Amino acid sequence: MKTKPTSIWKSVRIGLLTVLVLVVFAYGFQITQVDLTELRSEQRQESLRRVLRALAKPDLFAYEQEEVIATAPLFIPCPSEESLAALPAPDATNPYMVITPACAEPEGTVQVEGFNFYPNAKGPLRFVPGSDPANTVTLGNGIAITDAQGHFLATLELPDRPSDEVQYLRATIRRNLGALPKLTETAYSTWDKIVETVFLALLATAIGTVLAIPLSFMAARNLMAAVRSPLASISLSVLGWPVGMVIGFLAARWVGALGEPLASSLLANLAAVVIAPLGAWQALRWALPQEELTPPGTGIRLARALLIAFAALALLFALFQLAALAMNLGSLLEDLLASFGFLGGFLYQIGEILRLTTPVLAALAAGGALSSQLSRMGQHYSERAPARLVKAFNLVVTAAAGATILGLLGLLIDALYQIGEPSFTLWIPMAVGAISGLVLAAMVKPKDTLPNGMFIYTITRTILNFTRSVEALVMAIVFVIAVGIGPFAGVLALGLHTIVSLGKLYSEQVESILPGPLEAVDATGANRLQTIIYAVVPQIVPPFISYTMYRWDINVRMSTIIGFVGGGGIGFLLQQNINLLNYRAAAAQMLAIAVVVAAMDYISSYLRQRVV
Amino acid sequence: MLQVSNLTKIYAGGVKALDRVTFEVPDGQFLAVIGLSGSGKSTLLRCINRLVEPTEGQIVWNGEDITAATPEEMRRIRRRFGMVFQHFNLVSRSSVITNVLAGRLGYVNPAWSLLNRFPHQDVEKAMRQMERVGIADKAGQRADELSGGQQQRVGIARALMQDPEMILADEPVASLDPVLAHSIMKHLEEINQQDGVTVLCSLHFLDLVHRYADRVIALNEGQLVFEGLPTEIDDQKFKEIYGRDAERVG
Repeated sequence: MKTKPTSIWKSVRIGLLTVLVLVVFAYGFQITQVDLTELRSEQRQESLRRVLRALAKPDLFAYEQEEVIATAPLFIPCPSEESLAALPAPDATNPYMVITPACAEPEGTVQVEGFNFYPNAKGPLRFVPGSDPANTVTLGNGIAITDAQGHFLATLELPDRPSDEVQYLRATIRRNLGALPKLTETAYSTWDKIVETVFLALLATAIGTVLAIPLSFMAARNLMAAVRSPLASISLSVLGWPVGMVIGFLAARWVGALGEPLASSLLANLAAVVIAPLGAWQALRWALPQEELTPPGTGIRLARALLIAFAALALLFALFQLAALAMNLGSLLEDLLASFGFLGGFLYQIGEILRLTTPVLAALAAGGALSSQLSRMGQHYSERAPARLVKAFNLVVTAAAGATILGLLGLLIDALYQIGEPSFTLWIPMAVGAISGLVLAAMVKPKDTLPNGMFIYTITRTILNFTRSVEALVMAIVFVIAVGIGPFAGVLALGLHTIVSLGKLYSEQVESILPGPLEAVDATGANRLQTIIYAVVPQIVPPFISYTMYRWDINVRMSTIIGFVGGGGIGFLLQQNINLLNYRAAAAQMLAIAVVVAAMDYISSYLRQRVV
Repeated sequence: MLQVSNLTKIYAGGVKALDRVTFEVPDGQFLAVIGLSGSGKSTLLRCINRLVEPTEGQIVWNGEDITAATPEEMRRIRRRFGMVFQHFNLVSRSSVITNVLAGRLGYVNPAWSLLNRFPHQDVEKAMRQMERVGIADKAGQRADELSGGQQQRVGIARALMQDPEMILADEPVASLDPVLAHSIMKHLEEINQQDGVTVLCSLHFLDLVHRYADRVIALNEGQLVFEGLPTEIDDQKFKEIYGRDAERVG
């Protein structure tokens, strides 16, 4: 074998590359202002030492203390003889101090002797400027340490504070009470806030997980790539969403108003909560037979649709009554349970949430139901009707769908930018939408299917990626404005960030499932939803749990700093104490964060091992 | 009667997996499909229930054009084709009984099945099918706790739940040892002979073909190169099917 001689060019290239790397790092040093001389400065080192010492002593425990204070008069500089003689003699029955000499030049030295103090105790011995012995401002950093007889002797350097009037020295001697130190105020407030932090993370994770799951299916290529529908079906489902949502919302409002008279009575609530779902259940049992081999006739299908609608209304009614029940019971319990009143409060809040979200849920459910029903009808029609008719139908519904989408977008833009000119924000967009719909319908062959699954996939992915790139901290700023300073804003911000990041992580897991079971369930004649439930969900349970744990972990860590922008949790305290230079308190909060994060890490890895 | 005519499948990359394949399967026949790996056996079986969308050609089953069926019709057709896979394709984290009941998904009401509720008679039927293939005692276990042979029985029970008129078996014994292979093949034979279910089964080993199949078709690079009785495969035919350098084993 012949060894190739190293080419001169190769050496030059490597040399140039090395120089380039060096230049890049040199520039990096300049940009990031690496400066170690600063570290050597006396002043910095002194501050650093002080802060590190404070951080090493988190403000968690302290003895309860009692103190005695004694003041002694002093002249700077020495006045006339008579003013000196006019000084009162110290009261020897109480703790007192004797200063020798009783007057001195500025920056001179005096000797201070104290009597009758606590034995074996210590405390600051300070100069009190001005003529008021009770002045809270003190100068110097002398310390007095008493012996077993409660006597001390100290030398004190005086500050440069000349005055004609009498000034004072003050000794504050403290001793600890009790054998053991007690938890400090800081410890209590830190505990409060760390509990808030953990629950903030818990709620955000729960909300995020629930909403991320359906999103992740929409962002999974392997599930969405197979979804193709004819144009009529797509357009009808687009039309179905807004119409269905309006119908659902109105129905929910109507049912809510219907139940209003019952709302205040606990018994009526209870009865309604039991009876309405039972009725709905019976109706559904009849309307949705478990198995049928031949498709039913039109009359029966209509009757079934009506029954299902009735059952939906009954369920809505039950939901409203459940909300009222929870609120009534909650406010009752809040008074009854005394110190466990927060359970009642919780129940009340759940009721409130239910009452607020029921119309939204109804709107979403009705929108989804109508849209899927219309889409199925569109599919059916495209398959059966002659091509010419389908083409005409496509032209109409696609134009309507285009007009609806752009019209709604226009309304959104008007709401955001307050243009207030309907011809710009409504009529022109609707016309443009209708025309693009017409063009699309004219171009597409009437019986062709379009990849609407990939369209939804792309949109979902884009939204996920864009939203994910906004830090939760930034989201918190917006939510603080929306719902006010406090942990709720933090929950919403972290929750939103959890939705989008879990949505992406989950969808990647969905994309990596084994295709075999999917194929097998498909081959039995199952529909898409059944395939997802029977072949996809069992496969993704372990990674979903694992990612959810991981996210909870992240959320606990994030919730410790979300308070920096007013999102609640311990971050608020931490930032406040850092700004107040109260490093011992800040150290207590940092310690709490470290303990919680480490504990979470341990618990989540344990749970992951057990569950997955 | 299944009639396949001029069936062609060209994959997205331009690979021609099936090239104008034409054959018929009378009701109740046990038809073996042989050929080298990559000769198009799997694609052929998957085209029949349209897990793979054919590019051209026609598949007619009892007078119904499968290639022209709408998605809704296709679901109704699929539920009468049981399918058995080489790698069993069970949902490994679900219980055996859930895997077997999944065979019923084309029949039950979707809304109830999403809540994992199956009619009483379906659950009983599942127990009967599991008894039939000898895994009734495994009903509550997770599918991945079973051995390969047991997993394939679950696969067969799942196919039986569909009340199939035809079973498409894609190399059902290729990942099993010879003893297990025979026991699985015997189950398929029994289903074929007792229930009168047509079986389309792709196989690798010619002794299995001789032992179980009524008729054989052979594919080579997507083309039908042989159609006839198992006994008609002599050394000459063998080399045509498997190529000049092939040696007979087993």
